[in-house]
Amino acid sequence: MEIEIENISKSFGDVQALDSVSFDVKAGELFGLIGPDGGGKTTLFRILTTLMLPDSGHAVVAGHPLTDYHAIRRSVGYMPGRFSLYPDLSVEENLNFFASIFGTTVEENYELIRDIYVQIEPFAKRRAGALSGGMKQKLALCCALVHKPAVLFLDEPTTGVDPVSRKEFWAMLDRLRQDGMAILVSTAYMDEASLCDRVALIQQGKILTADTTENITATFGQPLFAIRTRNVYGVTLDIQTYPFTQSIYPFGEYLHYTDKREKADPNELQRFLRDKGHTDIELSVIKPTIEDAFMALAEKEL
Amino acid sequence: MASIDPIISVQRLTKKFGTFTAVDAISFEVMKGEIFGFLGANGAGKTTAMKILIGISRPTSGTATVAGYDIYKETEQIKKSIGYMSQRFSLYNDLTIRENIEFFGGIYGLTQHQIRDKGEALVEKLGLQDNYKRPISDLPLGWKQKLAFSIALLHDPRIIFLDEPTGGVDPVTRRIFWNMIYEAAHRGVTIFVTTHYMDEAEYCNRVSMMVDGKIEALDSPGRLKDKYGVTSMNEVFVRLARNQTRGKDA
Repeated sequence: MEIEIENISKSFGDVQALDSVSFDVKAGELFGLIGPDGGGKTTLFRILTTLMLPDSGHAVVAGHPLTDYHAIRRSVGYMPGRFSLYPDLSVEENLNFFASIFGTTVEENYELIRDIYVQIEPFAKRRAGALSGGMKQKLALCCALVHKPAVLFLDEPTTGVDPVSRKEFWAMLDRLRQDGMAILVSTAYMDEASLCDRVALIQQGKILTADTTENITATFGQPLFAIRTRNVYGVTLDIQTYPFTQSIYPFGEYLHYTDKREKADPNELQRFLRDKGHTDIELSVIKPTIEDAFMALAEKEL
Repeated sequence: MASIDPIISVQRLTKKFGTFTAVDAISFEVMKGEIFGFLGANGAGKTTAMKILIGISRPTSGTATVAGYDIYKETEQIKKSIGYMSQRFSLYNDLTIRENIEFFGGIYGLTQHQIRDKGEALVEKLGLQDNYKRPISDLPLGWKQKLAFSIALLHDPRIIFLDEPTGGVDPVTRRIFWNMIYEAAHRGVTIFVTTHYMDEAEYCNRVSMMVDGKIEALDSPGRLKDKYGVTSMNEVFVRLARNQTRGKDA
């Protein structure tokens, strides 16, 4: 295990940011910490990178306990959510700076960053502050990797990034994992869960579950229907008056419906909607996505 | 319900910064009551175009009317006719819910009387009565966004501009937020929204896709998916945006 987290808790005043968090990440594993803003993701990253102490609990990172912060800091790479490089230094100067504080050189570990660095190399002399968002992100990743860390922490690297750049970023992570690095990455985008080996779902400081996405969705255990209609708003209002409705939410081009009962007949709902005057309903029984599972688990928790 | 009367009408709208053409002769119409998704990769020119439409930036050339008002000469009337919220700027954290309502109501020119009545109705509808005198910073992000949306509608604008309103919000709240959007659209408010969540693009009546300052596609999500022979808006986006040259350079 490259990261072992055991019952970590942290409060700020009367706000409990982390509530007895436990999970672990193996070498060569791409592990996603998935949940909304304010869930506690950044606080956990700060604790694991030794920038903050937990109130209680233990963690071992790259073989070292949290108290051995010198050793942990040498062994991990950390890309915080906010751009954290020196805007007045050039691309090249930033990279050399981060290499030198870790007592290494860019040349020594060039192999690891080459694929990413070649994309920003044409701008090596440009000030980091003058780079576009996507390029800043690539430089920050290079700086986090330049000392060849055993464990890589990436805090919301894809927030506010468009779908094309997100896709490219995840492809880079996939290559790094193959080199045996343990990667813990946080995101608020549920669809990125499927790109991770395992995920932990976090909300309001609590881990709702930690497992592979397949295993998480397999525990859903409620009837789930997808409904397609042109009148999304009208159907939503009418389904809210159906006595067995657990939830009705828009999901892309569909509405997802969950039923309070253990078993439900889709034809019954279809008839109910027809009686309400909805004649264009396409209704099918579907398998849950990770987002369905997150929503169901989050509602149980509240 | 979307009608066939345009409430936003844009012809060859262009904005240049020096030699850089941020918005390159875009033309489109948004219908009254429509939920219109304004999509594009980072750097495509969405924010620049939106700033012109809300009356805070002057175009280099082209014409447009928003709620019937000219974007060159009638920007003050435009600002009175629209609501605006974004992820980055919505409410003042250090003010209470009540103070935010009073502040924004005042800015939009409501009377004390209107602010009180509308403010009370809003807070009751959202179930926030108990928090009325608490600072906004005490509210979870999802609640802030719901409140910001309601406050942006306080002066009964004809159009509301939403700039990535749901970034970082949990999946349940994100959907409750969209139900609020549907409800407003149902009442006839026009919704103009940008988002990076492609499932939300599917919720729009029509979407436009900006690439390198130009509108490369504009249609309903269903027809766009048919046109490109794909099953999701995410694939439509990737298909169009990967040709973008901006942002690839630093």
